[in-house]
Amino acid sequence: MQVNLVEMKPGQSGIISAVQGGHGFATKLSHIGLHEGKKIKKISSVFRHGPVMVCVDNFQVAIGYGKAVRIMVEVTNAEKNSSGRQS
Amino acid sequence: MLRKIVLVGNPNVGKSVVFSHLTGSKVMISNYAGTTVEFTSGELNTEKESFELFDAPGTYSLTPSSKVEEVASSLVDQADLVINVVDATNLERNLFLTMEVLERDVPMIIALNMIDEAGHKGVKIDIEKLESLLGVPVIPTVAVSGEGLKNLIDTLPRAVNKITEPLDTAARWVHLGALVGEVQEIVHRHHSWLETLQDASLRPLTGIPIAAAVLYIAFQLVIGLGELMAGFIEKYFFEGLYEPLLAYLSNLLGGSGFLHAVLIGRLIDGEIVFEESLGVLTTGVFVEFGVVLPFLAIFYLVLGFLEDSGYLPRLAVMVDRGMHRLGLHGYSVIPMVLGFGCNVPAALAVRNLESRREKFIACTLMAVAVPCMAQLAMIIGLVGRYGGAYLAVVFASLFFIWIVLGLIIDRVMPGYTPSMVVEIPPYRIPSLKAQSKKLGMRIKGLIVHATPYILGGILLVNILYTVGFVDYLGYIFTPIITGLLGLPGEAVSTLLIGFLRKDVAVAMLVPLGLSARQFVIGTVVLAAYFPCAATFTVLVKEMGVKDMLKSAAIMIVTAFTAGFVLNLLLDTIIPAAYLAFGLVAMALILALVLGSTSDRRELSDIDRVA
Repeated sequence: MQVNLVEMKPGQSGIISAVQGGHGFATKLSHIGLHEGKKIKKISSVFRHGPVMVCVDNFQVAIGYGKAVRIMVEVTNAEKNSSGRQS
Repeated sequence: MLRKIVLVGNPNVGKSVVFSHLTGSKVMISNYAGTTVEFTSGELNTEKESFELFDAPGTYSLTPSSKVEEVASSLVDQADLVINVVDATNLERNLFLTMEVLERDVPMIIALNMIDEAGHKGVKIDIEKLESLLGVPVIPTVAVSGEGLKNLIDTLPRAVNKITEPLDTAARWVHLGALVGEVQEIVHRHHSWLETLQDASLRPLTGIPIAAAVLYIAFQLVIGLGELMAGFIEKYFFEGLYEPLLAYLSNLLGGSGFLHAVLIGRLIDGEIVFEESLGVLTTGVFVEFGVVLPFLAIFYLVLGFLEDSGYLPRLAVMVDRGMHRLGLHGYSVIPMVLGFGCNVPAALAVRNLESRREKFIACTLMAVAVPCMAQLAMIIGLVGRYGGAYLAVVFASLFFIWIVLGLIIDRVMPGYTPSMVVEIPPYRIPSLKAQSKKLGMRIKGLIVHATPYILGGILLVNILYTVGFVDYLGYIFTPIITGLLGLPGEAVSTLLIGFLRKDVAVAMLVPLGLSARQFVIGTVVLAAYFPCAATFTVLVKEMGVKDMLKSAAIMIVTAFTAGFVLNLLLDTIIPAAYLAFGLVAMALILALVLGSTSDRRELSDIDRVA
């Protein structure tokens, strides 16, 4: 199932499958370590249009809404114990 | 000429800590990305050779896509040797930059920093293997405690210039994935309490109360402790010791004459009044050491804790949604917070923002509506005498200006503010030693930079009064100052001095014998009308002359409009307390109702690109 980071639920992990909208953006993200094929986990998000917090390897990145919707993720598993958490 | 060594690495990996240890020079260090925006240099002396060491701003890549990256990239090009500081807890991500440096023609060694934290996080790294795979020396370090730095210096002669084949971005990541897989082992372990707090401060349900609590406590601490300390210093030093001394000097000078006017100033009922006399030795010394210094010391103590703990980027996440409405994103809360200390470092921190649009909005809002601590201390001390309600009107007016001006500029200015992508550092417990060092640096900075302006400002006031220039200016500007703002014409002199020092300018309102409402109007106009000279210089450099002129026009119009509106409403139609409450409520309602235009513009822009 491919969703963007905003649609992804907190606690879910997946693999980054595509970054939409502009080569510059994809390159920039990739320099931070968010590149296609990278395992990513969503930690939380602030409100409906707020930033999304993700965890990659050992670090956390906050991604604003406008950019989070452009990052597509192939969801691999949903963590069960976090289903009740606030998103 | 000394050979050049450059420290490069990702943001927030500890380059500045390594730098300050190796050179003994003092640099600003915090726990968030983008503390260093310009490079600093210092001398590194080893047993055999002396080097010039450069601390480059943190960067993820040498492909220059922002001003900060350009600085780092050109430093690497000029280097004779590169020390690549790598965060051991994030090996893969950090090694991307390492590979870019390897592709350049320069000898390098790697400082594998925060190796202790990696251990705590269950990350085990086979250093020998990493060394042989990369082909350059790798030295484990813990820069904060100085561990491994001696070893790092001893390894400098072994630096290797190993030019590797350039790869494209995707190929680099594939290569790194395999490499890291070979040298790194991650053992699972339980969350520490810091990590639990880390998660809590990022979830809206818990994060917003935490943010509110942190800001409230910080505010209360600064005001409460600042007043306490200022009161203490005033009572025991200024009244007990200093005043008798000055009274003696005043007598000696005969109680009048030019020298008396400059040094002691005017006597009020035959006595020295520190807030009003306006002499270099009376008001000048009092403003700097009796009022500004205590407040600023407490502010920087609190700020230092916020910076080093790693809370500020989390605050940025929490306010991101709100800041978008002002045409900014969450990370611009950092320059705003810094601005409450001094607008100069805040204007420098604006460099971390990407676009010209963001920089313009952030600089303008900061310069208009974020008074620096020096000015705030005077406002708290002097407006506070008229009662809390009037103090509230000053803060509420500035808050209202900040929000409404942001809403307007965001709508009028073309383009949009892209959303942020920021790394959130782990929480760290600030070390007492680092904190006191930083505080000492900042206080020394205040004394060194502010003293000439404060004393010079007061000297200038006296000269202007003596030659009658103030009366002349007051006469000319009476229509504006009195007609628009309801202040006596002489008040124009405060605007003149405000360009030098805003704290002195606020003090200059005292001898004018203003009513509460006039004092409030005076302080709000002073806070908003124009930045002080020091800030102005940095703003011109950061924004360019053209944008600065536009920004300055906005500032002047805003300040006088605000003063005029306050003159119309405050105490004549609406009592102070209601007005303060009303302004805050109205600003929040406007922001909520008007919403953000940036999301829509950013998303439609993406559709166009895609």
